[in-house]
Amino acid sequence: MSDATTAAPASGGTLKVSKVSEAIIRIAGNSQDGIQAIGGFLARLAGRSEQEVMTHMTIPATISGGPSIFQVRIGSGEVLSSGDEADVLLAFYQHSYDEHIASLKKGGIVLYDSDHIKPNPDWESLYHHVGVQISGLTVEAIGGTAKDKGKNIYALGLVAKMFDLNVAKLEKLIGERFTSKDPSILNNAMAAFHAGYSHSLGHVIETFAFVDSQKKGRPQVVMNGNEALAYGLIAAGVRFGAGYPITPWSDIMELLRRELPKYGGNFIQCEDEIASISMAIGGSYGGRVSVTGSSGPGISLKTEALGWAVMAEMPLVVVDIQRGGPSTGMPTNVEQSDLNIACFGGHGDSPRVVLAPADVEDCFYSAIEAVNIARKFSVPVILLSDQAIASRIEAFPEPNLEVLCQDISPDLTPVAEHKPYDLSAAGGVTRHLAPGTRIENGKYPVATGLEHDEYGHPTGSPKLHMQMNAKRRQKLQTLAAELPVPAIYGPSEGNVLLVGWGSTKGPIKEAVDRARAAGDSVSAIHLRHISPLPPGLENIFAGFNHVQVVEMNDEGLYGYGQLGAVLRARFGDGKIRGLTKTDGLTFKVKEIVERARVNVATGLRKF
Amino acid sequence: MSSPLTDLPVRGGNITAVPAGAPLERKGLTKKEIAADHPTWCPGCGDFSVLALYFKLIEKRKLWHEKITTVAGIGCSSRFPYFVQAHGVHYIHGRALPFASGISLSRPDLHLFVFGGDGDAFSIGGNHFTHTARKNIKMTYVVMDNWVYGLTKKQTSPTSPIGFKSKTDVGGATDQPINPMKQAIAAGATFVARTTHTNPNHVLAMMEAAMDHDGFSFIECLSECVEFYEGAFDASNPRKGGVFNTVPADHDVTDEIAAYKLAGEPFPGRFGIFYQAPRATKNANEAKIIAAAREKTAGMKDWQILQKSFDRLK
Repeated sequence: MSDATTAAPASGGTLKVSKVSEAIIRIAGNSQDGIQAIGGFLARLAGRSEQEVMTHMTIPATISGGPSIFQVRIGSGEVLSSGDEADVLLAFYQHSYDEHIASLKKGGIVLYDSDHIKPNPDWESLYHHVGVQISGLTVEAIGGTAKDKGKNIYALGLVAKMFDLNVAKLEKLIGERFTSKDPSILNNAMAAFHAGYSHSLGHVIETFAFVDSQKKGRPQVVMNGNEALAYGLIAAGVRFGAGYPITPWSDIMELLRRELPKYGGNFIQCEDEIASISMAIGGSYGGRVSVTGSSGPGISLKTEALGWAVMAEMPLVVVDIQRGGPSTGMPTNVEQSDLNIACFGGHGDSPRVVLAPADVEDCFYSAIEAVNIARKFSVPVILLSDQAIASRIEAFPEPNLEVLCQDISPDLTPVAEHKPYDLSAAGGVTRHLAPGTRIENGKYPVATGLEHDEYGHPTGSPKLHMQMNAKRRQKLQTLAAELPVPAIYGPSEGNVLLVGWGSTKGPIKEAVDRARAAGDSVSAIHLRHISPLPPGLENIFAGFNHVQVVEMNDEGLYGYGQLGAVLRARFGDGKIRGLTKTDGLTFKVKEIVERARVNVATGLRKF
Repeated sequence: MSSPLTDLPVRGGNITAVPAGAPLERKGLTKKEIAADHPTWCPGCGDFSVLALYFKLIEKRKLWHEKITTVAGIGCSSRFPYFVQAHGVHYIHGRALPFASGISLSRPDLHLFVFGGDGDAFSIGGNHFTHTARKNIKMTYVVMDNWVYGLTKKQTSPTSPIGFKSKTDVGGATDQPINPMKQAIAAGATFVARTTHTNPNHVLAMMEAAMDHDGFSFIECLSECVEFYEGAFDASNPRKGGVFNTVPADHDVTDEIAAYKLAGEPFPGRFGIFYQAPRATKNANEAKIIAAAREKTAGMKDWQILQKSFDRLK
């Protein structure tokens, strides 16, 4: 809890209230206990209180049950990551306590269910232990057996008390959450919450209150990355898509299936991944940029069809929520190891666009950008998100939907003539013409995966193959020239430049802050455009002695990760190094700071 | 407000309406207007007659260029769209059906025809055949079945009969061939017909009936590969001493068991509509879901619908 006024142990049992600007709370239990619900309530409350919030969770890959955690970091200032060390650990079981106490900072508070947990005497001197019979007291409050649900809400009451949270707002959130259910469920939830809230925390040495947020302005919305991405697609005007269930992509297809009919659209569940991308390309061919998506092995299955969309120059958005790979890999863990397949997957030369949203808010805007690039350049665009952004909750300023929402229904105005693959088109950029459009000269196009002439008819001409390859390449070069130069976080010259992409943005920025505070010369850039790369990177790199590419993938055969390899190939610069890991968890700030130092200390190797 | 998928695409400001009927008086297309590239098939290939009859269908039913969409996968027969002067798609091997489904479910104003071969339909694309049929997605699918892989020059196909000698079965095929009619009936296709390229009037009649069927209409059209399986279908061709037996006059096309029995008759079997039964299409089911959802959003602009969702996320 940074900025806390010194919390001297209060004597005589008087409770001391400390003002804090942020807090990291880790909730550890089993996945069926509703611990995500507690975290969700806290995150939503923070959003409504104009605070920043970031969450992070781990879920078991088993069908039901198993240890799970949910970590919430709430702050009145900028929150960049879900935090390295928790201020408070809320533990429901012995295993939660034993395995997560190490994530608590020294002197932190462990709030535990004393019905299930026997504290370790060695740890009692290191952390403040607060035992509450959470299970028993919940039963007392609402009746039923100890197996019944409700102890999560009871624990929420305890946390609310500890942090002096706004009770009225929390009651409203609980009311909204249980609104459509049996009224007795809502009554029980309220009873559990109040029982927890009024439980005496007399033996806690202090409670806390957040300082007022400096943020004012547009109201905030609170959601996870998959929701933001799906709503971004809707705002962009996408009305058709197809998919096949796979973790962690499924939430997006579920949301689109539920929401799109309201807008006159639909989302189809297909028999497999190949059918899904094919149906989405069919929708795009029909005139509405369509979406498909997947994770892990599902992306591999889609690559042949993706190559067709490149060849036929068909707009398409493919969402890839990356998880641990290869093969079935680590389905509920995060990894950034699909960059290669996103940029290069498939046979032949098949240039496509790859965007990587950097946080939850960016998922919303990247989705709109992806749709617009796909339409403008008639090209598939891959949105490379990951399990960490997909499942974490953030609060961000509410987008101006009236301005952002687009209508991309097909335009079927008759045209005099049409060459789908016109080689004289400026910058190689041609637009797809939807069926149903009358072409007055009577010459109609064929969308094709065979190498073709300007009308889409097959050709074996080496000259045309070279010209069409150049066309497909040039339009992405045209796009690249329009992209903004990435902003440098920190000074534009120094010793170390950290280069990140995707969900690592927050921890990298925080690492820069921490390293600079410790006297290191470190700056960072974050790439949202992975393919094509934005302009100006060589000038940025020139300002630094070391360029370290931070990514959650393997260091590869030659000592750098997947983006690192692309940057080395692009710039041929030996000072580009990798800072990679594959433990299935998001980067801790500490890991980045320490490993960057080690990399500098070992010096530049020759590869 | 973007136009719903269930309606003709209308775009605020751009075009006010797409002609649903015939605002312009236009004559049916002539064969010259509808023909594009000269087919690349071998002389004598059965596919020529299927193409000719597709032209005839377009001519007879006064379909316009822009209202027809012809989709194909990979194979000799799948070259089809290049030979038709209309919006066309030459997709990847085996996946023409899901591609066409994307068109069908988002563009109800188009006549959608998919052409392919036995490899496309029953080997690499077998799973899609089953699911497109069971979902009853509106389109016409003509499989030009020649019992052999022709484009890759004589390998065994999923419909090659046992004993057929190919480059991949030099001693003769041993695997039980797929019976396309049984496959279609079992998968839940709502229109299942069989014809052969040597009987043009019958091909046209089947195509017309298929086009008029509201749902997934499947035609198996025997189409001889003169290069790699010459004479395969002689037993069904009266000019080669065979017999062309139509479906018995008293056959009930809504009787699934009777249809299945017909499909089990040994070659040359029967020709005609084996099975046709009305069942809600996926298109209609989706339209219903959309209509129900839009009752609650009537009169709202798209951004207002989204705003309502965002209000719940505060």
